[in-house]
Amino acid sequence: MTHKRSVTSVLCASALMLGLSACSDNKAPAAGEKAAGTSTDAATSGTLDKIKKSGTIVLGYRDSSIPFSYIADNPNQPVGYAHDLQLQVVDAVKKKLNMPDLKIRYNLVTSQNRIPLVSNGTVDLECGSTTNNKERQQQVDFSVGFFEVGSRLLTAKNSGVKDFTDLKGKKLVTTAGTTSERYIRQHQQELGIGEIISAKDHAESFLMLQNGRAAAFMMDDILLAGEKSKAADPNKWEIVGTAPIHEIYGCMLRKGDTGFKQVVDDAIKATYSSGEINKMYEKWFQQPIPPKNINLNFKMSDQLKALIATPHDRDQ
Amino acid sequence: MNYSWNWSVLWQSTGVGDSTYLQWVLVGLGWLLVIALVAWSIAMVLGSILGIMRTLPNKTARAIGTGYVTIFRNIPLLIQLFIWFYVVPNFLPSVIRDWWINDLGANTTALISASVGLGLFTAARVCEQVRTGIEALPVGQVNAGYAMGFSTAQLYRYVILPQSFRTILPPLSSELTNCVKNTSVASLVGVAEIISQMKTISEYTQNTIEIYTIVTVIFIVINVCLISAMTLLEKRLYVPGLIAGGK
Repeated sequence: MTHKRSVTSVLCASALMLGLSACSDNKAPAAGEKAAGTSTDAATSGTLDKIKKSGTIVLGYRDSSIPFSYIADNPNQPVGYAHDLQLQVVDAVKKKLNMPDLKIRYNLVTSQNRIPLVSNGTVDLECGSTTNNKERQQQVDFSVGFFEVGSRLLTAKNSGVKDFTDLKGKKLVTTAGTTSERYIRQHQQELGIGEIISAKDHAESFLMLQNGRAAAFMMDDILLAGEKSKAADPNKWEIVGTAPIHEIYGCMLRKGDTGFKQVVDDAIKATYSSGEINKMYEKWFQQPIPPKNINLNFKMSDQLKALIATPHDRDQ
Repeated sequence: MNYSWNWSVLWQSTGVGDSTYLQWVLVGLGWLLVIALVAWSIAMVLGSILGIMRTLPNKTARAIGTGYVTIFRNIPLLIQLFIWFYVVPNFLPSVIRDWWINDLGANTTALISASVGLGLFTAARVCEQVRTGIEALPVGQVNAGYAMGFSTAQLYRYVILPQSFRTILPPLSSELTNCVKNTSVASLVGVAEIISQMKTISEYTQNTIEIYTIVTVIFIVINVCLISAMTLLEKRLYVPGLIAGGK
């Protein structure tokens, strides 16, 4: 192979890639227009039209976001707090479109592909453990928030770490690509943290903590409770510290689809005003949950109570 | 697709210190090169020794070579790395274990585990290629060498290896590019190489398609450069009559 040819092949490869992304960029709006053309009801939107036409709603779910959306016993049936809310939305869509036999199709999403899959039309509604933030609002719309988390520390009971100020000279592990990682790197010097380790996922982070490679594991409190409950000896670990940052979880839907967003928001708000949300919360956070019948024992935070009293779709 | 494109994502501030995402990508690239270089050096040295061992008359040497290849080539790289980083330290004497885990720091030990782990894995593959190169030579050359009064060491040094290494240059080039691509498994143990930086930037900015494309192009450029260099080497070392060099 000559040098010239190798340069050409690079150019070809990159041109191909750009071409592919450009293609998908063009195709999707065309399909959307078509759907809009067949619409009879002016108030319905792209997603509602798509659902009506196909007779199917595609729900995005997670496989291990305990207790929000995860696979417990049946590999084809996600369960969880966010999944229950998702089903409330499906009921509302059935009523709105007058389609009692609307079919549900489940589509597994990961933290890497959830946003592309919602924005390219594969998934109609994703409810899992997705934080509503400004960067994501550029790509998708969020429903009203349904959970509020704070970033705290998981540590061994005898480690002497009681809050973020106790981390001086110590090693801390957090999961790569999370808001916690970003926050703690910004404040590393100020808190005098010895070393920050960014692990691949939550299980990996907890493994670093159990292995003694880090003194504490910083993450969303509810996720820490989930990891703790999975440990061989859950009583060895405790969640400590005052959360320096809070985040709100919401369901994701396609950007600018006001008609569908209205249906989603109304369905979620209805569970708030009827008080049904409290039953759902108790079921998933304060009672034994499948598959191992572990009780997370996670009290409803004041922030979440405030969110339920006055629902909103902002990031703070 | 309802996607807001932002190709200038690399010049945005990360919000950590005053770094930009470009600096993160470059840091990731740096670690990629460090891991690839260390791993490839280990792989070439160890792989050549093992490959030669597998062709020696000595039965023990052959058994060691075969055993190594069986273990290191048949266990997935990801699992090997997991074992080196999470399992092996637990069986070290406590003094060494404390030094390894507490004094060295997790990022250093992760980097060492990843480089050495990848090197040992690639060595098994290089070993097989070296063996193939040696076995591809006509057996008459070996006999002729012995007839001339060469010792086994001299035979390998002056007759076998100069020819077999030239023969295996093309498959070694692909092994080299594989080694570069396999550095991405280092993200498993927490090394901030380019794939883990890519995932982090994608999470922070949500410009997933842009950043994945940029990193893809970086990988293509690195590997095309390496292949070009190897092709040049093939041409320089080309022996007329022995496997077509670089054509």
